[in-house]
Amino acid sequence: MKNARSFLLGLGLMMMVGQSLALGATLTGKVHLEGTPPPQEKIKMDADPVCQMQHSSDVFAERWVVNGNGTLRNVLIYIKEGLGDKTFPAPSEPVVLDQKGCQYHPHVMGIQVGQTLKIVNSDDTLHNVHGKTKEMSLFNLAMPFKGLELEQKFEKADMIKFVCEVHPWMAAYAGVFNHPFFAVSGEDGSFEIKNLPAGTYGVEAWHEKLGTQTQNVTVTETDSKAVDFSFKVTE
Amino acid sequence: MLNWWLPEGISTYSGKVDGIFYIILAITGLMFFLVEGAILFFCLRYRHTQHAKATFVEGNTKLEVIWTLIPAAILIFLMFKSQGVWSEMKSHMPANPDLHIEVTAQQFAWNIHYPDSEVTTLNQLHIPVGKKVLVQVTSKDVIHSFFIPQFRLKQDAVPGSKINVWFEATQVGHYELVCAEFCGLAHYRMRGYLKIETPEEFQAWLDQSKKEAEKKGDEDEW
Amino acid sequence: MKSFMHKYVFSTDHKMIGLQFLFTAFLFMLFGGLLAMAIRWQLAWPGTKLPVLGVIMPETYNVIFTMHGTFMIFFVVIAIMVGAFANFTVPLLIGAHDMAFPKINMASYWLFFISCVIMLASFFAPGGAAATGWTAYAPVSVKAPMGQSLWLISLIVLGVSSILGSLNYLTTIVNLRAPGMHFFRMPMTVWAIFITAILVLLATPVLTAALAMLLLDRVLDTTFFLAGTGQPVLWQHVFWFYSHPAVYIMILPAMGIASDVLSVFSRKPLFGYHAMVYALSAIAGLGFIVWAHHMFATGLNPTLGTTFMVATMFIAVPTGVKIFNWLGTLWGGSIHFSSAMLNAIAFVSMFVIGGLSGVFLAAASLDIYLHDTYFVVAHIHYVLFGGSLFGIFAGIYYWYPKMFGRMMNEKLGKIHFWLTFVFYNLTFFPMHIIGIHGMPRRFYDYKQYEFLRGLEPLQLLISISAFALFICQLPFVYNFFVNLFVGKKAPNNPWQANTLEWTIPSPAPHLNYAKVPIVYRWPYEYSLPHAKEDWLAQDQP
Repeated sequence: MKNARSFLLGLGLMMMVGQSLALGATLTGKVHLEGTPPPQEKIKMDADPVCQMQHSSDVFAERWVVNGNGTLRNVLIYIKEGLGDKTFPAPSEPVVLDQKGCQYHPHVMGIQVGQTLKIVNSDDTLHNVHGKTKEMSLFNLAMPFKGLELEQKFEKADMIKFVCEVHPWMAAYAGVFNHPFFAVSGEDGSFEIKNLPAGTYGVEAWHEKLGTQTQNVTVTETDSKAVDFSFKVTE
Repeated sequence: MLNWWLPEGISTYSGKVDGIFYIILAITGLMFFLVEGAILFFCLRYRHTQHAKATFVEGNTKLEVIWTLIPAAILIFLMFKSQGVWSEMKSHMPANPDLHIEVTAQQFAWNIHYPDSEVTTLNQLHIPVGKKVLVQVTSKDVIHSFFIPQFRLKQDAVPGSKINVWFEATQVGHYELVCAEFCGLAHYRMRGYLKIETPEEFQAWLDQSKKEAEKKGDEDEW
Repeated sequence: MKSFMHKYVFSTDHKMIGLQFLFTAFLFMLFGGLLAMAIRWQLAWPGTKLPVLGVIMPETYNVIFTMHGTFMIFFVVIAIMVGAFANFTVPLLIGAHDMAFPKINMASYWLFFISCVIMLASFFAPGGAAATGWTAYAPVSVKAPMGQSLWLISLIVLGVSSILGSLNYLTTIVNLRAPGMHFFRMPMTVWAIFITAILVLLATPVLTAALAMLLLDRVLDTTFFLAGTGQPVLWQHVFWFYSHPAVYIMILPAMGIASDVLSVFSRKPLFGYHAMVYALSAIAGLGFIVWAHHMFATGLNPTLGTTFMVATMFIAVPTGVKIFNWLGTLWGGSIHFSSAMLNAIAFVSMFVIGGLSGVFLAAASLDIYLHDTYFVVAHIHYVLFGGSLFGIFAGIYYWYPKMFGRMMNEKLGKIHFWLTFVFYNLTFFPMHIIGIHGMPRRFYDYKQYEFLRGLEPLQLLISISAFALFICQLPFVYNFFVNLFVGKKAPNNPWQANTLEWTIPSPAPHLNYAKVPIVYRWPYEYSLPHAKEDWLAQDQP
């Protein structure tokens, strides 16, 4: 009986400690865009009838997706420095990159070192997935049939671009990080990074065309801070 | 749908290329039956059980001369036949073609550019029927080959070289543009679409495409 | 143990080295054959699961056809012709004790072995083995993953092995012929190997240089074969400057073997012996000035195209001379259909088809259409399988008694021959047709093109025949390996042939000849009028 009570007590303590460990600061914010972006580029998919057949309306490139509220979608926000040599285990659930309608979904994503990237072909045509960094080609694999899946892992932090050379308009980007603190701006231009330990960080926002911006932020265990970014389109 | 032979020929020189094919087929076919027939006949006629003692013959100079000279004569004939078409395809580019097209191959697509109207397409090759078209073929990365089977035309697309070929289509229709030189992973899927149209349809398409043509977004450096 | 190593592994005996080449090549023939089966599986039923390999993906398919070509050309046909047969036959047929340089001969095999190991190791390289075709056209091959570098290194080592081997054959043939063995008393096999060795010696260094340049482009960022400061088409020039003669390296020895086998089993002198030697030399000589006929579609200068067409057409003349002389040999003979003879006759009749289809490809204006289609695939297989491989089978059935001192089973040999002959033609003849229809080579899935979809029944026929062809090699494997142990003991001269190797015991003893033989006559004195026997050995006064 005594044993059981101390066991329960211990369990309770462990849960509390565990919860407080899981707690951490939250960074939220929006990515604004100043100036007029170039018009969205229409993609002509007549190069492959299989692609064209899947779209009844016009398809646009996802490079410049500006939301109604003047914010910019598809910006990757992540902790650039300040985590020291803390290590974070890679989550077991995979990140999925889907090839559908001859476009990548999502267009921009983050993934942890060692985490599985599951690449799916939902099109009834050949896609080759060519993953590369600015310096070198990482892999180049063909996915000739609908429903094929393959898995890749990344060994070090970097920016990766995916292209399909059969459909040259296709492009997607993945930031590979040593930690789980990253997010992509969504339909209202907002993002949220959770469970950040206390500390001072360099937070960076990356856009495929506009480059990067960095801000310094200091947070305590339970802070909830807003960090907004603003990109300018230069002619 | 059991068409296992030469695909229909629809360029001004395809018939001549096929002509050479049939001449060679006739000559080599005859040789084939003569030689294989002789082998078969000798094997039956001179088999050991039929012909116990072989005839001692070391050779025959007259025969050697005959079977050197006759094939040589036939081959010289074939050379002249082939040379006529070769020269028409390769050495006599039309001086004033009706249409210029620039084809730039890349892994794994065809960039088709109409320089006179600044129209660019991907994998869509539209041409007018009955017009002399001059195509300048090149490549961005590796060697590809611009192959239109129905035209009997094939030209490697070599990076760093701009090579001219020409053709004149004799009928309208939809055909395929094939990459014939192994160029990597998706070589088998580097397929273009050839649309041969009446000059009016072609002009309409060109005008429409010109209207639609937008400034291409600049490529990033990856 | 030491004597085992000395006798079977680090042997300097030309016969043992020849057998080492033969057995290694057999292994690669098995690998190459399995790869061919995978190709045919994919083309018959694209995207369906295959045992062991699973579903073949395009990147794997590209490795498969690249390695099929590489194995079959460099590690099977060349290894057997220039490694196995040349080694085994040259000293025996000219009455020598061994090669001129036995240790260089051993080095030649072991370099070949290293090259094999590197080639097999390349399958485990990151990114897989080479996947740019056996022709490795630049710039695809410059940009390919690391397996391509191993492929290049392996072939450079192989080139050195070939050069050492051919030096040895030339020196041996020039210097070690038995007394009385004038050049024009040499059997055609020796003549063919002599001329082949010259080809190897002149052509292989060019390939080795090309391979080294490509390797430099890959690892040291030179730009020999890159657009801008280099020229991609240059690779094709240097590659084909070797690889066209390489076709003759692979076929001339088969011509020699077939000539001798046809004569022995027709019991009749080889028809037009001198003309045959001149024709061989002419083919070899012309073989050096036709390389650009592989490049009619590259956009080379039209006048240059004409020149190469003319040179190529002229190769058909000496080739025709050879074929007619083989017919002349059969004519009036007393033909014994042994397994060796059947394969030699098949060599002639299939090589005829390979030669005739070559005329289509030589006509430059027609080649523009046929280039890079299955017509070329059919052509090369009629020359290299129909030609070289039937020649190899003929040679094996013929010399097996002298190699191992035992006889192969003739009945199994004939079963093997007829099955192979039938399924070989069912496999490769339809390839002409799909080529004429325009089907390109090296296509993972031809059904992506509408104009090719109607070819499905032919593709199925080809694939099923190819599987049958593979299975039909089992009688040969059984016949070859089981009879090593249980075959009937071979007499000295089972075929009543005239050449010197049949005057000594079977298997040929170490150092071959107890006493240097003296040669009194040419090797083709069969069915001499007024003679008691229908043969007269070369060492008979």
